[in-house]
Amino acid sequence: MEFLRPATWAEALAAKAEHPGALPIAGGTDVMVELNFDATRPDYLLDLTRIDDLDDWSPDGERLRIGAGVTYSRLITELADRLPGLAMASRTVGSPQIRNRGTVAGNLGSASPAGDAHPPLLTSDAVVEAHSLRGVRHIPITEFYTGVKRNALAPDELIAAVLTPPADGPQQFAKIGTRNAMVISVTAFALALHPNTGTVAAAFGSAAPTPRRATDAEAFLAAELTDTGRWDSRAELDPAAVTRFGALVAEAASPIDDVRGTADYRKHALSVMARRTLAWAWNDYRRNQVRTCA
Amino acid sequence: MRVRCTVNGERQEIDDVWEGESLLYALRERMGLPGSKNACEQGECGSCTVYLDGTPVCACLVAAGQAHDRDVVTVEGLADEGELHPVQQAFLDAGAVQCGFCTPGLLVATHDLLEREPQPSDPEIREALAGNLCRCTGYEKILDAVRQAATAKAGQE
Ligand SMILES: Cc1cc2nc3c(=O)[nH]c(=O)nc-3n(C[C@H](O)[C@H](O)[C@H](O)COP(=O)(O)OP(=O)(O)OC[C@H]3O[C@@H](n4cnc5c(N)ncnc54)[C@H](O)[C@@H]3O)c2cc1C
Ligand code: FES
Ligand code: FES
Repeated sequence: MEFLRPATWAEALAAKAEHPGALPIAGGTDVMVELNFDATRPDYLLDLTRIDDLDDWSPDGERLRIGAGVTYSRLITELADRLPGLAMASRTVGSPQIRNRGTVAGNLGSASPAGDAHPPLLTSDAVVEAHSLRGVRHIPITEFYTGVKRNALAPDELIAAVLTPPADGPQQFAKIGTRNAMVISVTAFALALHPNTGTVAAAFGSAAPTPRRATDAEAFLAAELTDTGRWDSRAELDPAAVTRFGALVAEAASPIDDVRGTADYRKHALSVMARRTLAWAWNDYRRNQVRTCA
Repeated sequence: MRVRCTVNGERQEIDDVWEGESLLYALRERMGLPGSKNACEQGECGSCTVYLDGTPVCACLVAAGQAHDRDVVTVEGLADEGELHPVQQAFLDAGAVQCGFCTPGLLVATHDLLEREPQPSDPEIREALAGNLCRCTGYEKILDAVRQAATAKAGQE
């Protein structure tokens, strides 16, 4: 094995082009577990932690550009006001030690259906900025997940950043697990209300081969809110509509039975989380504020 | 490969490091610093917690090569000149140490918590120590120790 330590992004891209099989390592919270347990033996490890450019985030037009090296801990302390959904999800990842190292780019690299960053990225129409010596590619998040632990990156590409618009309305995230810390989600759900466009975004993890949007549920709820004039009136939600929304979210899932839970349980949990997060988000909207998480 | 870093204020240079090796292995087996414990090697137990450039991390999840040119502080680096750090003393006084396997990681995590938040609430303590498992004490004495350490540190300052 060889350990490559590029000092610049250009060097990193050159190394990845020369050795497409090289395994990037950022926070190492997925990669090192695999190495420690002999689950992988790449010929090259490509350490990205020396590249300072990756550690920045900044506004980029209408969006925020979050460098691949930004850790969950920093997302929580620095971006919770602008990206409440992603910050809530980040707070549920592992433990303080894991959040101090782990990155959203690493979550995308692993592309586990259970990765907690995925649902909020899906609900904000994030874009993955992939670089290679061939150029820059902007991959819409809905096209990024291609299968269980598979993603749309080409072998010579690295993730430079994630682009995501700041919240334009209430956002929520919920996750089911056996305890509060250090759990891989049994299933997870994210919701974003976009009052400016009269649309709704809903996405879940751990309940299909890839993280996924619940498009029928989104369309139903957006139409319901528009048709009943609720975006303007901010009146209380119709309980029947809330129930229907939960049912449609569950219908979008195609979960499996595994050690963490059964398919039926996952569907049930999703419908409950969908109803609850909708109630929380709508309360925020009625109070005319975006819920932030500290 | 060769890895150079600072550990507990001292320059370390180690050779023949395997590229896939963890910082935890390098500390314990190559630098003679067995304080950080290896209990799970998968980030679950926190007994290998060390500071890397001032941030608490699981040493088992840092590649040794990633520590090159960086600053590491382990549990061995907390005490001053033969005198226990108030956090260490509090763990002893409160009876928060039984088999002691979890202790080094809890000491580093508690040290970090009190640096950031000198008077933590109970929920803050629980949150800060959520990545450190102890199979002996039932955690109550550990919470006592953190509270005592906070009081002792406040008195010192
Ligand atoms: C104890 C423990 C608890 C955990 N709990 C959770 C949890 O609650 N929720 C959750 O979602 N995850 C959890 N994880 C998994 C892990 O922490 C996350 O997936 C994290 O986001 C990985 O980020 P990283 O920077 O550590 O990635 P790494 O381990 O460094 O890399 C992960 C993958 O991404 C690739 N990669 C990294 N950076 C790039 C890049 N810039 N370009 C291209 N590819 C890249 C790597 O090659 C690798 O395939 C946990 C892990 C542990 C050990
Ligand atoms: S040995 Fe590193 S967390 Fe358990
Ligand atoms: S004292 Fe034995 S594991 Fe904590």
